[in-house]
Amino acid sequence: MSNAIKHTFVVHVEDEPGALTRVSSLFRRRGFNIVSLTVGATDVAGVSRMTIVVEAADTAARRIEAHLWKLVNVIRVEDITGSAAVWRELVLIKVAADADARIHVMKLADVFRARIVDVAPDSLILETTGTDEKIAGLLEVLRPFRVLEVARTGHVAMSRGVATRVPDRLYIDVEETGISCSV
Amino acid sequence: MKKTGAQILWECLVREGVTDVFGYPGGAILPAYDAMLDYPIRHILVRHEQGATHMADGFARASGRVGVAVATSGPGATNMVTGIATAMMDSSPIVCITGQVGSRLIGSDAFQETDITGITLPITKHNYLVTRAQDVARAVREAFAIAAAGRPGPVLIDITKDAQQGSCEFDWDAAAPNARHARRPVARISDAERARTLDLINSAKRPVILAGHGILISGAMPLVRDLAERARIPIAMTLLGIGGVPASHPLNLGMMGMHGEAWVNEAIQEADLLIALGMRFDDRVTGNLKTYALQAKKIHVDIDAAEIGKIVPVDVGIVGDLCDVLAAILPGVTQGDRSEWLGRIDEAKGHSAVRDIQNLPDDGHLYAAHVVNDLWRTTNGQAVVVTDVGQHQMWEAQYYHHDAPRSLITSGGLGTMGFALPAAIGAKVARPDAEVWAIVGDGGFQMTMAELATIKQEGLDVNVAIVNNGYLGMVRQWQEFFYERRYAATPLLSPDFAQIAAAYGLRGITVRERGDVIPAIDAARAERGTVVIDFQVEQEDSVYPMVPAGADLHAMIRRPSPIAETGAEVS
Repeated sequence: MSNAIKHTFVVHVEDEPGALTRVSSLFRRRGFNIVSLTVGATDVAGVSRMTIVVEAADTAARRIEAHLWKLVNVIRVEDITGSAAVWRELVLIKVAADADARIHVMKLADVFRARIVDVAPDSLILETTGTDEKIAGLLEVLRPFRVLEVARTGHVAMSRGVATRVPDRLYIDVEETGISCSV
Repeated sequence: MKKTGAQILWECLVREGVTDVFGYPGGAILPAYDAMLDYPIRHILVRHEQGATHMADGFARASGRVGVAVATSGPGATNMVTGIATAMMDSSPIVCITGQVGSRLIGSDAFQETDITGITLPITKHNYLVTRAQDVARAVREAFAIAAAGRPGPVLIDITKDAQQGSCEFDWDAAAPNARHARRPVARISDAERARTLDLINSAKRPVILAGHGILISGAMPLVRDLAERARIPIAMTLLGIGGVPASHPLNLGMMGMHGEAWVNEAIQEADLLIALGMRFDDRVTGNLKTYALQAKKIHVDIDAAEIGKIVPVDVGIVGDLCDVLAAILPGVTQGDRSEWLGRIDEAKGHSAVRDIQNLPDDGHLYAAHVVNDLWRTTNGQAVVVTDVGQHQMWEAQYYHHDAPRSLITSGGLGTMGFALPAAIGAKVARPDAEVWAIVGDGGFQMTMAELATIKQEGLDVNVAIVNNGYLGMVRQWQEFFYERRYAATPLLSPDFAQIAAAYGLRGITVRERGDVIPAIDAARAERGTVVIDFQVEQEDSVYPMVPAGADLHAMIRRPSPIAETGAEVS
């Protein structure tokens, strides 16, 4: 899609069977590509929180938001793209490293503030969290040692300070400011 | 007081105001059927579960109330899929209740087990799998709230056999739905946006209102008329919007789109402002988007935020109930003099009139357009007409002039053949005092004609006009226009429909001559009970005008006319 950028949605859903399927099915059905989707419990019982990263143009992202609101299990939707937020992803990387290479890998891990969580005779497992750029950088420098396996959790994101909704310019949203009218 | 899940189901349905349900029993729904006998519910036994869903849909569209269909698990449930998808596409509020195998058997591929909540997930507003009696009341109450709220649509409740058989305390109040289930946007329009909207409307020289199904769902008919009359704005109708503004209203131009009249599509292409009310710019109404209404600013009002900007970029988009939005805008709409614009459309209308089949001399042939027009005249335009899908559907929209809301019921978005007969049954059950006609092709009729038995068993009076041209007519027309007349699989053999009717214990009439059309309609209207009329019409007639799929809206294939000068032909 033209003008597609990565949009990040934070979606709170009822923790019910099928809630995840309903959300993911929506993206499949409408032809939107999910870059990553993470889901986990929140501090409120019965409420799960999803962080969904999608490549979409701004107009498409607004429609995704509107579609998400229509799902009955969805409690709240925020598009935090472009707002001040913290993004994190956890990665486990298994690297081939014999006794000679081990010290070099450990030094690189130190520079990237990655932790060594497992040491085997011919490999290491590194754990790190961070942004896409940091993870890409770490993988880049580890590649010459032979990366054996990578496991990524996908993004979680949280807006800084008090959460605010991104204003929509395209349509006059029902929850935006203004006069209330009725017949 | 303790009740079984099955009793709670009917107790809740009755409290929701349900009086009639359409269904078909089976093993997994047996406990519910047994309990039904103790409740004031009329059950209409269908001949196929697809029919039950179309009946619930027709019931809902004719009345504005939620329609209810019931089926068993497995094949009973999967047979409902087409009807559910039809209701979803046309925003029709229905609740489908299916039996499911016992909860301990789920996932074991038990007899007649199917994952119907999984299957219907993308074609319902929401669905439920209920595995405990104590969850039945909540599911039913929420389902009714969800089906009717905001943009209406289907909700399915799948209830396991043990949930129907199990008992628990029944508490109606505790099962009340919350605000989330009845999500209905409350229109809040900022002063700046309202000013912009009014500025666009008041300054437009060539505005057109695009009137959709949302007008009927919202009940905004008087407000739309008020807007049009106050500002002298002509109105173009979508297929599902028909009836939202009386066809006889001088500002109502008629239907837009693929088979809309030429002057309607031309007005849209020349407009400097489109005011889209409760419509969704379907590809059948826009044609080629690259050339669609290029000079026009666009105001789009819809209750579904996901529709705004989906197909056509808009200058102002307003999310909310049409009644609320129009009430907020109307006070600022100034009286306009648009006589030049209206005169221009009238002129185009005059040019087209010579092509109208009604104005052609009788050449001894029976045309479907004549049948529909005669039906309109004979019923004084007062019937509730339910159509199937195809050529007859477009001829109905062109030649039956609907003045009343909810008087045309048709499958628009999904284009479901086989819809008309069962949906007409649903409409008749919802409005027993209305004269109900099903207009159907010979193809679509044969998809669901087994419901004639339902009509007979229930003693219903639904007249059926079969537009029988011996072809799958609309497909044949596309083959004629776009596939060099290679009629692959469209010639259609049909039984003698009058004899079919007789075999079901109903009266059947066959009509081949134009002079026999009105007498047959009169006879059907006079008869107590259903009459099936087989109108054997011109076989290779086509629907005109036609905008080929994906072509520019103003590039219509016009009706060939011996009267119109060939120089005026647009192709």
